[in-house]
Amino acid sequence: MWKITYRVHRQKGNEPPHYETFQVEVDPEEYVLDGVEKIWASEDRSLTFRHACHHSTCGACGMRVNGVEKLTCITKIKDVVQDGGTLTVEPLRNFPVVSDLVVDLGPLYRKMAAVQAPAVHALSMTPWEGQNIAPPADIPMRSADEEYIRLPDCIECGICISACPVAATDPEYFGPAPLAAIQIQGLDKPELLALADSQEGVWRCHSAFECSAVCPSNVDPGRRIMDLRRQVSAKRLKLA
Amino acid sequence: MSKPHVIVIGAGFTGTAIAHDLALRDFDVTVVERGPIASGTSGRTHGLLHSGGRYAVKDQESAIECIEENIILRKIVPEVIEPNGGLFVALTESDLAYKETFIQGCEACGIPVDEITPQEALRLEPNLNPKVLAALIVPDGTFDPLRLALSFAASAKKNGATYHLFTEVVDMLLDGQGNVTGVKVWDRANNTRYEIHSDMVVNATGAWVGQITQMAHAHVPITPTPGIMVAYDQRLVNRAINRLNRPSDGDIVLPQRRLAVVGTTSFSIEEVDYVPIDRSQVDLMLERGAELIPAIRQAKERGVYMAVRPLIGASGPGRSISRTFKAYDHKELDNVEGLVTITGGKATTCRAMAEKTVDIVCQKLGLNIPCTTAAAPLTSYREFYSR
Ligand SMILES: Cc1cc2nc3c(=O)[nH]c(=O)nc-3n(C[C@H](O)[C@H](O)[C@H](O)COP(=O)(O)OP(=O)(O)OC[C@H]3O[C@@H](n4cnc5c(N)ncnc54)[C@H](O)[C@@H]3O)c2cc1C
Ligand code: SF4
Ligand code: FES
Repeated sequence: MWKITYRVHRQKGNEPPHYETFQVEVDPEEYVLDGVEKIWASEDRSLTFRHACHHSTCGACGMRVNGVEKLTCITKIKDVVQDGGTLTVEPLRNFPVVSDLVVDLGPLYRKMAAVQAPAVHALSMTPWEGQNIAPPADIPMRSADEEYIRLPDCIECGICISACPVAATDPEYFGPAPLAAIQIQGLDKPELLALADSQEGVWRCHSAFECSAVCPSNVDPGRRIMDLRRQVSAKRLKLA
Repeated sequence: MSKPHVIVIGAGFTGTAIAHDLALRDFDVTVVERGPIASGTSGRTHGLLHSGGRYAVKDQESAIECIEENIILRKIVPEVIEPNGGLFVALTESDLAYKETFIQGCEACGIPVDEITPQEALRLEPNLNPKVLAALIVPDGTFDPLRLALSFAASAKKNGATYHLFTEVVDMLLDGQGNVTGVKVWDRANNTRYEIHSDMVVNATGAWVGQITQMAHAHVPITPTPGIMVAYDQRLVNRAINRLNRPSDGDIVLPQRRLAVVGTTSFSIEEVDYVPIDRSQVDLMLERGAELIPAIRQAKERGVYMAVRPLIGASGPGRSISRTFKAYDHKELDNVEGLVTITGGKATTCRAMAEKTVDIVCQKLGLNIPCTTAAAPLTSYREFYSR
């Protein structure tokens, strides 16, 4: 077991935020979120944080760990701190803070609804698969007219929005995850073309690629935004 | 008369499904949850939308509930479900010997079951153990745990339910006779304390129901039995892969987005709020999971997590206790009016649990309002936050 210090962002109601430290005994193989839950269970029952699945499928547990956006349920303690060291946990940026480590992801969910991000989609709709994963279209169903349905890669965690320098200055900017959700669908729907090609759409992106650096779920939103720009330009040419 | 006011404690699958049912039956609903939605057992579920196959031999009551509810959930909340079916596969002679019993069990419970050749099974799931001896297809599915709970929660919200999240019930309000008239809560987000009065309190706190009943000097027999799940970083299967044999440790591999998740185990504990990971169980999941899907050994471990089952029964660990849910009217049990406890069950059966609980609430309040949740499509999970 390791003895480490958690330095935790605290904020209740309208009080100004401050940091509080907790000494915790942890197994270094545990995850950052486990340590936060342990602090709640045995040190301070007033600590609030978001979590649900504990295995990177729900998107609830995004926080900044030592200043970097992480999905805390799959970030091992040993990867961000050493025995005897200190690790800092803070809420995501660019969202309203509800309390302590909890942010309101409402703005992201509204945007995901606005771009009609599919909640489930056909397997073949995931165009870029990762290493060692068979191309989805090659996996057959029992009969030719059935297709596998899957949940999308994007877990709507908001981590990309927290890391995005444009989102920091412009809350209206659609941001990485919603634009990536348009890219996945293509631009056949005129309303999606209009959103992508608007003031707050693809042209607002500064190509910082911070989103792709932090996205924990293989979405690679930065690359998708670049591809979406290409799609928008192609549509414009066609329409002109 | 104004609408009867019901407080629901707990916003896991059970609590959110109850809130939805109550709101549809036109109650005034307040949900009190000490964390965010699905932060107890529900969020940490394996994610198998049971066809009932797993229980078709030993626990047919559960199996029938599962297949009925499986069909309903596919209709009312398709946007959180991968409806791709499931395979039960035999790898040994002992598995093969179980096949006929299993098929008979499924048929007795009304679970459609269809045998395919090992070659066909390997064509459908190329990562399956090539030593497969027999394979049966059943209508299993998988679901996203948080989004299932959020869909029920959003639907209840749309119909007027109010949520107090990060708000813990710290005591019961009792009248002179010891009957429950509301709850005392602590809002952990704002560090404030207040009281909420109601006509009825529903205790849907899963593995924690005992803490709530204690506050009302009532009791309920449940055994907290945790299990482990391990997520690997590759989507190695597209449907639920089950071992064709009696339920045991690590005998299910599921897809979740780009992951494969192996589960689970079953043991007893005392402390429910923080359950440490036992590395020997992680090794067991790898070993057992790799029997079904050998490529798991080449995948990387991505997450390890534990969840606590609220199993019904006075003592003793898990699997032999019936997984059927029970709703308790504490008037009958402890002579305490105003409190109903619901526990046990499964994610797959949460809608039915809610129906039965709200039926009891209606009966206690002398109301005759039918349940309509089986045919009511749920609102998008996104509306819970965006509304
Ligand atoms: C390892 C494991 C794997 C499973 N896999 C599956 C599966 O694949 N498929 C399936 O169908 N089912 C599965 N289940 C079963 C299913 O997950 C549970 O039956 C279900 O989640 C129970 O939901 P619940 O709402 O009753 O409890 P919970 O989700 O635990 O909800 C109770 C809520 O009450 C809250 N609470 C507690 N005390 C208080 C208080 N004082 N004040 C306010 N709120 C409070 C908690 O924070 C919690 O959110 C699994 C269970 C386990 C343990
Ligand atoms: S794109 Fe990636 S980082 Fe952004 S919300 Fe989706 S999963 Fe999270
Ligand atoms: S808790 Fe679900 S993604 Fe981390």
